[in-house]
Amino acid sequence: MLFDVERVRKDFPILNQRVHGNPLVYLDNAATSQKPRVVLEAMKRYYETVNSNVHRGVHYLSEQATADYEHARTKVQRFINAPHVHEVVFVRGTTEGINLVAQSYGRKNVEKGDEVLISGLEHHSNIVPWQILCDEKGARLRIVPINDSGEIVLEEYEKLLNNKTKIVSLGHVSNALGTVNPIKRMIATAHRFGIPVLIDGAQGVPHMKVDVQDLNADFYVFSGHKMFGPTGIGILYGKTEFLDAMPPFQGGGDMIKSVTFEKTVYNDLPYKFEAGTPNIEGAIGMGAAIDYLHEFDWNSVSAYEADLLSYATDSVSVVKKLRLVGTAAEKAGVLSFVIDGVHPHDVGTILDREGIAIRTGHHCAQPVMQRFGVPATARASFAFYNMKSEVDTLVKALYKVNEVFG
Amino acid sequence: MSELRALYQEVILDHNKHPNNFRKIENADREAEGYNPFCGDHYTLFLKLNEEVIEDISFIGSGCAISKASASVMTTVLKGKTKEEAGRLFETFHTLVTGHLNGSMDELGKLAVFSGVSEFPARVKCATLAWHTMQNALKSKEAKTTVTTE
Repeated sequence: MLFDVERVRKDFPILNQRVHGNPLVYLDNAATSQKPRVVLEAMKRYYETVNSNVHRGVHYLSEQATADYEHARTKVQRFINAPHVHEVVFVRGTTEGINLVAQSYGRKNVEKGDEVLISGLEHHSNIVPWQILCDEKGARLRIVPINDSGEIVLEEYEKLLNNKTKIVSLGHVSNALGTVNPIKRMIATAHRFGIPVLIDGAQGVPHMKVDVQDLNADFYVFSGHKMFGPTGIGILYGKTEFLDAMPPFQGGGDMIKSVTFEKTVYNDLPYKFEAGTPNIEGAIGMGAAIDYLHEFDWNSVSAYEADLLSYATDSVSVVKKLRLVGTAAEKAGVLSFVIDGVHPHDVGTILDREGIAIRTGHHCAQPVMQRFGVPATARASFAFYNMKSEVDTLVKALYKVNEVFG
Repeated sequence: MSELRALYQEVILDHNKHPNNFRKIENADREAEGYNPFCGDHYTLFLKLNEEVIEDISFIGSGCAISKASASVMTTVLKGKTKEEAGRLFETFHTLVTGHLNGSMDELGKLAVFSGVSEFPARVKCATLAWHTMQNALKSKEAKTTVTTE
């Protein structure tokens, strides 16, 4: 089935508008994606017809809200092919998911002298939680280097794994460069050493079908808002054996079975990790986004996106003084670049006036910027609703940048 | 394009390419770091003071065209001014780039080229980074200071 981008764009009301007098060209999808109408409607419907707290009341609305919330969890389970629904924990987003594992699994299992292994490609949210843990424990954060194309150096990865390594935490797809990491292989390697692996899938799920069993990931974390769902909701998937053995992350209502001043008995999975009233409409919105994604044939989506990225890569390469940052063989959705003599922020301002939204800056990945010796880059990031004609608009605007800056 | 041209005036682009006072001052009385973590603009400002008068002022570092040109023009304008005059100029400059300037542009002189910034609210911090750094350096009792915007 051929992918019909024109039809898809009609599902996203926000795309049909003008910015500074020009049609909006939204190329900041790695920051957050836009939401299809079905997601917005699901959340509106929830507030208009069901709104109530979950897991509490015996009244009709509460039962309804609980059913919808839990139904969303089942959708997520199927979406990533998790073996059990109790392995799907609702969190605020990828950042909270990683912090949860660092604070709960990490604090329990990482001791002085131990090591936590991440890569040089990581987003700050997959660096700082581990730094906090390592500082507290007197453990060592070790970094797998990346090469000049922005790929993890696998030989170095293998060398860094040892019996002191307590957990490996890797991005599925780099938000700054778009590199798709060979995580299935890297997980298998870590497992040979008996080391569990967390995958930051924030940039993975919007671009590819993820199967946590096929990957054999011990933890897989992602956000709703980067996969066409709402902000403030995300998923921590964890294997039962790990989640069961982990202490709670936050205390409060819903995460307990019984409370006395002497002792509290914690709730079963996944509720042990869901203290307080959750983001109910967020979960429902995320469920609606998953339903929406199910309508697509992912082979044709992937082919469309790969073709778009390759067209964009070729198109921008003719712009004078432009240099791509991140040229990995396997990439998804991201074009990071610099123009010699022009700061990315100036590029961003000029593009904005043409109606083009891109991200400029360090993309919450300062170590990646340092690795490539640039303070910042301009980043165009794509979703399946972007078109080749938008790439053409981008290229024209980049010519304008060179025109302004001579 | 006209708003863009108003922002990126030739004067600003020239200052960006060939900034004035782009050097270190050895034995500076004040050295201040200005950093905008949002966009990575990062400058160090050097001041040589003679009592109340700014005898010499210079900067090094990197950032976008607006922040660099602003630092260049600022150092050009402030040389020989008193601390108090510098403070007043910053106030006027701030009202200019935020679009709140009432009255004439006369006293702005060379700073007037930054009038286009007010149409680009996201870039106000770029234009004022060097000024905040200068202000911080002058007010502080320490020889070395750091300013972080954002």
